[in-house]
Amino acid sequence: MAVLVVAEHDNASLKDATHKVVSAAQKMGGDVDVLVAGHNAGAAAQAAAKIAGVRKVLHADGASLDHQIAEPMQALIAPLTAGYDAVLFAATTTGKNVAPRVAAKLDVMQISGVTGIEGADTFVRPIYAGNAMLTVKSRDPKKVLTVQPTAFAAAGEGGSASIETIPAPDGPFKSAFEREEIVKLDRPELTGAKRVVSGGRALGSAEEFHRVLEPLADKLGAAIGASRAAVDAGYAPNDYQVGQTGKVVAPELYVAIGISGAIQHLAGMKDSKVIVAINKDEEAPIFQIADFGLVADYKTAVPELLAALEKAGV
Amino acid sequence: MKVLVPVKRVLDYNLKVRVKPDGSGVDLSNLKMSMNPFDEIAVEEAVRHKEGAPNLPNSHYKAGAVTEIVAVSIGPEQAQETIRTALAMGADRGVLVKADADLEPLAVAKILKGIVEAEQPQLVILGKQAIDDDSNQTGQMLAALLDWPQATFASKLELTNGRASVTREVDGGLQTLAVELPAIVTTDLRLNEPRYASLPNIMKAKKKPIDMKTPADYGVDAAPRLAVVKVAEPPKRQGGAKVKTVDELVAGLKAAGVI
Repeated sequence: MAVLVVAEHDNASLKDATHKVVSAAQKMGGDVDVLVAGHNAGAAAQAAAKIAGVRKVLHADGASLDHQIAEPMQALIAPLTAGYDAVLFAATTTGKNVAPRVAAKLDVMQISGVTGIEGADTFVRPIYAGNAMLTVKSRDPKKVLTVQPTAFAAAGEGGSASIETIPAPDGPFKSAFEREEIVKLDRPELTGAKRVVSGGRALGSAEEFHRVLEPLADKLGAAIGASRAAVDAGYAPNDYQVGQTGKVVAPELYVAIGISGAIQHLAGMKDSKVIVAINKDEEAPIFQIADFGLVADYKTAVPELLAALEKAGV
Repeated sequence: MKVLVPVKRVLDYNLKVRVKPDGSGVDLSNLKMSMNPFDEIAVEEAVRHKEGAPNLPNSHYKAGAVTEIVAVSIGPEQAQETIRTALAMGADRGVLVKADADLEPLAVAKILKGIVEAEQPQLVILGKQAIDDDSNQTGQMLAALLDWPQATFASKLELTNGRASVTREVDGGLQTLAVELPAIVTTDLRLNEPRYASLPNIMKAKKKPIDMKTPADYGVDAAPRLAVVKVAEPPKRQGGAKVKTVDELVAGLKAAGVI
């Protein structure tokens, strides 16, 4: 049994999601190798070699892999799978984009957003926005999975795997990178953050969204998230969206402000350790899953909360 | 250019699913079914590139960029209604591939490949995921089977001179790709806001043709690769506790060790 984990990284650094997918791979049993596919991604490959329990790092480096576009990633990964029984990706936008392409090339039915591993061929995943949990057994000779990183503890450091350089595919490819607008934040990344402060439609405008949430997020050292309604209304950028079709988070503390709690939003945050909800509508469904519900207008409650946190020495 | 838009019949967005007590699946009997919301966005996008969007100021949609829209559904007889919805929104004709069992995304992608080979569209626009099985696979699989480029999770689609420029919603923000046509695009939520079909258009849609097919017409073995072991309720979260004041909240958070 050998499992290949496709690393989540931005060339400069390895993302924590990789450690979590490695730990999922270890639950399947057997050897775990990590593929770092990128451009000038030496630092990410070095970091992958230090993950505890990794046998070998495969490092493919070239211009075609700079943005991990689906076509060259598939051209690289599909042939590599010959030596493996399973290929695991993080269920991030990169993994979700590439994994099904690899699976179809291998004539394998992929299993998406895996939250539980019950053996080498049996997996648990949420369906219907997390309102049902499906356990499936794969009959395919190879398994291709995307893994929900928040469902697994991160593998530790302390490994010293060898790094093997492999060639990057050189195309030609029919898709090309044009540009990106990546938001640079001074805050923690949403999916890996220990604390998240999220806002909903009740905030009413983009100005209000930032004015209310940012001081609280800064005070807590938290990432900022949003409900779909807030993103659709233009209060927050798309990469803030927490929910069924956005990001899944499971921080130690999730503070939902002015979020009613549609099932699609709950799907993205209900595994948080402690949930706080502040909403003036006491019937809001978010209260049913909150550990601490405060029926109050955010306009007064959030400044009070900031002052109380200050007083408490946070 | 011709555009193919696959549409899936799913449990309505507003309804909560019930898990069957015997754990064999979910109970959809007597529940309202609708077009998968991401597929509505896909239909709307195709229609805007066909009709233009005169009501949107400075829009990038040009009337005539798309000349024909074929809506495809793979599912039970009732999936015809889903195709009719697409036709009422502005698609020109439909193809229903009748399949009574739930097909896995790989089988769906193989059937769609057969339809693409028959129809020869320049573009296939799909929803990024269906809100029932939440797989998010079919578009990418279809791209792989056809060896076409793909641009998933689109929030903007511009069509120019045999190319598409597609802005994608990615984890860190937005990424724009240039893809050669023919290509696969999958929709994210911010691509557009789908229209409601008008009554005259619903009436007109009844006259638009729908071809009836089966998976065997495309030579696809649709046997499932995954065996369902069980379907269970998710673990219940113990919630519902309220605090009266902010001070009580902060004390509670301290006691819980999260601040």
